[in-house]
Amino acid sequence: MSVQAEKLADKLADAKLADVGNRAAAPRKGRRLRAFLRNPTFVAGVIILSFFVLLALFADVLFPGDPLDMVGPPVLWPGENAEFPLGTDSLGRDVLAGLVHGARASLLVGLSAAAIGLAIGMVVGAAAGFFGGWIDTLLMRVVELFQTTPTFLLVVVIVAIGEPTMQTIALAIGIASWPTVARLVRAQFRSLREADFVMAARSLGYSNLRIIAQEILPNALPPVIVAASVMIANAILTEAGLSFLNMRDPNLVSWGGMIGAGRDLLRTAWFLTALPGVAIAAAVLSLNLVGDGLNEILNPRSEP
Amino acid sequence: MSLLAVENLTVAFPGHVAVREVSFAIEPGETLALVGESGCGKSVTAFSMMRLLPPNARVVTGRILLDGADLMAASPAEMREVRGKKISLIQQEPMTSLNPVLSIGTQIGEVIRRHEKVSRRTARARCIELLDLVSIPDAHRRIDDYPHNLSGGMRQRVMIAMAVACGPKLLIADEPTTALDVTTQAQVLDLLDDLRRRLSMAVLLITHDLGVVAQWADRINVMYAGRIVEQAAIRPFFAQPMHPYSRGLLGARVDVDADEHYSASRLSEIPGSVGSAAGEAGCPFAPRCPMVETSCRVVPPSLLAFEAGRRVACPVSLQAVTLEAARHG
Amino acid sequence: MAEPLLSVRDLHTRYAVGKQVLRAVDGVSFEVGRGETVGLVGESGCGKSTLGKTVLRLVPSVEGAIVLDGADITRLGDGAMAQHRRRMQMIFQDPFGSLNPRQTIRTVLDTALKVHRQGDRAERRRRMTEIVERVGLPADALDRYPHEFSGGQRQRIGIARALVLRPALIVCDEPVSALDVSIQAQILNLLVDLKRDLGLSYLFISHDLSVVRYFADRVLVMYLGRIVESASHATLWRDPRHPYTKALFAALPSTDPTHKRGAPPIKGELTTDLSSGCRFCSRCPAATDRCRSEEPLLRSVGEGHHAACHYA
Repeated sequence: MSVQAEKLADKLADAKLADVGNRAAAPRKGRRLRAFLRNPTFVAGVIILSFFVLLALFADVLFPGDPLDMVGPPVLWPGENAEFPLGTDSLGRDVLAGLVHGARASLLVGLSAAAIGLAIGMVVGAAAGFFGGWIDTLLMRVVELFQTTPTFLLVVVIVAIGEPTMQTIALAIGIASWPTVARLVRAQFRSLREADFVMAARSLGYSNLRIIAQEILPNALPPVIVAASVMIANAILTEAGLSFLNMRDPNLVSWGGMIGAGRDLLRTAWFLTALPGVAIAAAVLSLNLVGDGLNEILNPRSEP
Repeated sequence: MSLLAVENLTVAFPGHVAVREVSFAIEPGETLALVGESGCGKSVTAFSMMRLLPPNARVVTGRILLDGADLMAASPAEMREVRGKKISLIQQEPMTSLNPVLSIGTQIGEVIRRHEKVSRRTARARCIELLDLVSIPDAHRRIDDYPHNLSGGMRQRVMIAMAVACGPKLLIADEPTTALDVTTQAQVLDLLDDLRRRLSMAVLLITHDLGVVAQWADRINVMYAGRIVEQAAIRPFFAQPMHPYSRGLLGARVDVDADEHYSASRLSEIPGSVGSAAGEAGCPFAPRCPMVETSCRVVPPSLLAFEAGRRVACPVSLQAVTLEAARHG
Repeated sequence: MAEPLLSVRDLHTRYAVGKQVLRAVDGVSFEVGRGETVGLVGESGCGKSTLGKTVLRLVPSVEGAIVLDGADITRLGDGAMAQHRRRMQMIFQDPFGSLNPRQTIRTVLDTALKVHRQGDRAERRRRMTEIVERVGLPADALDRYPHEFSGGQRQRIGIARALVLRPALIVCDEPVSALDVSIQAQILNLLVDLKRDLGLSYLFISHDLSVVRYFADRVLVMYLGRIVESASHATLWRDPRHPYTKALFAALPSTDPTHKRGAPPIKGELTTDLSSGCRFCSRCPAATDRCRSEEPLLRSVGEGHHAACHYA
């Protein structure tokens, strides 16, 4: 029954589309924005995420000085000392300062890893999906090669080969995550390249590059944008995992690093692991919420 | 008593009203055609009769009486008994209406076992009979085929077999042949007509094709922008369509019988599109109508009786026809 | 006789479907004269759409020749092909899928003009305004997106896109079958007007024989990748020779309820079984042993009238 109801809804949506013809169109941008604001999932995600972004941006203002400095007595519980509202760790470092600065490191790793993954994945996926044939076969074998290796293991190996700096870690996560994007983009391109409007572009004599960039890519982007938010979340998680294994940039605080450092005191001072854990969970959740919201909003069916 | 009566049905979706004050009745054993263009509300009307509207639809007013009982008041469990057993539905797209991972025998059997307490073996035997009934050759072998093994016309036959499996009193056929080729269309519609007679059921034929209506229906309801604008028996309708929209539809169609060619004659067109009706207070067809008068733009005309079994929602056209008749006779 | 605008000789197009090879177009020859409308009619899967796309070089052919304006374009590379693209364009069936949802109408038209280096900015703007008006769209349509238009209007946009480069040949692939009846007449009338005013030639592909008969000067009937009958519209209507053509006519429902229909003329549906003999013989009411063993070739059965049937 629900299938039929859905079909009817589709039909009606089409019929409504056909109806809008003569009405003057409201400015497209304004309508888009309203669609964003009407989506509670998306708004919730954006609020949490902006909170972390603001922390990251103003970390130096809020907590000047190196968060790795010892500033107080070791293992102060939250609330024990007003100067350190969230306590201090085993080396007497301010946990709150660590969390705030850690937001910067975690988001930065997440963003740059996702950017690297997207860049490689989109180029490979677009080429494979658009051209098909032997190019597709070849590129997809490479993708499979990467996908059969466990992601985390791959990251560990790459970081172990290089220095454990932020750049290496981001690069490693990016390299390990592009195959997902490539598959997604390839699937989009394969279906879109058969679309009538792409046929029309070819019949107008457009070059392949123009067809890829101007006709197909803008239509292929929505699911990629959604995937990107999840990729950032995954990158943050992977970085945390690496830090836990002590593969972290020794000169920077990150949430994962804080969890790793608090591990030894898990029984006596569990808040040292719990607080950065909550931060990671909240950040990942917000990114997923944003992703879900984007998915609903960017879905062409729901477009006004 | 009519088999099914729709009384004053109005269905609204957020932001627009899809069906407005629609009333009609279906007599036992007849084929009633519901005709109109996409978005006119014909499918919504049909889905309302099955109580299968999407969740954002709201039935504002109206009753649907099946053998005197109001379906709008029926419980979900009672509705499930009605669907498939008393009223069943076949849809336009036989590709997506069948589950691709189940054999057709399983799917038809499911319908039978859903409504009747019979063994698997009996259901299977019934299933073969049904496939025979819808003229699928080698029914006992075809029963284990999957939808992708079948051609479009064969799939539609399977859909029909499922729809008539429990002997419904009314079969709603929503654009049953639109996705089919013209030679297949004739076969499928003949099959439907044959089944209607043999199983003594009524058929509500929803279509946009007036040729199909002329050949396979007994009566016609023409819908425009959510309203019924003309109700008539087939012969009088095609002899003299009364509503300007009915006339426009017939005139715009390239007919097989008419010897027209672009070099000699233009097709008559209905100007504008359905969207032109948005926001109009009066007759929804007024913005496109060649006979429009100022009174048309005030209130939407209701259906007026013209002769027995014929009602038209256009006082202007009725008056013109009456005057014409008086002059001649 | 003047050289035809388009001449297609023994064209073959094949698709690989899994391990099987589907001969979608299997040895088709025809011509489209200057200012002529050629109708191509057949059921879904008969290869008519593929034929249209092959002629436009959107689908590769494996054999045969496509000659446009005296130039053989069958094997031209992308670069050399580009200049010929301007001469032939296509109108698509689906008014929703044939327009890029993320481009305004101005972008759609302007890109085409820019790619083909047609005029400077002012000239391009003039031509866009002109064409939009010519196809009956409001002047403010240029800066709107496809989803803001109704189906009929979108089809007008598709026509504007096809015409903006001033082509000579338009391949119309079921241009009205996705539209409502009342809109179909508008679009068909528009196509007739444009043909008259701009001296266009059409290859008009449709499954609807009544529309083709109204719209075409000459009609080709296609069945399973082959042309089975070709004749002028009047001849075909008066005297169809191939049993398939007769069946197509007989299957069309008349809007005259007193005109009683007969039994369905042919049984079964299009198959892809291409054994020896006539492709239509499994469905033909008059098939004989000869039909099952010997494939009939297209032969002349009258003035400008050809049919591929032993008994035509």
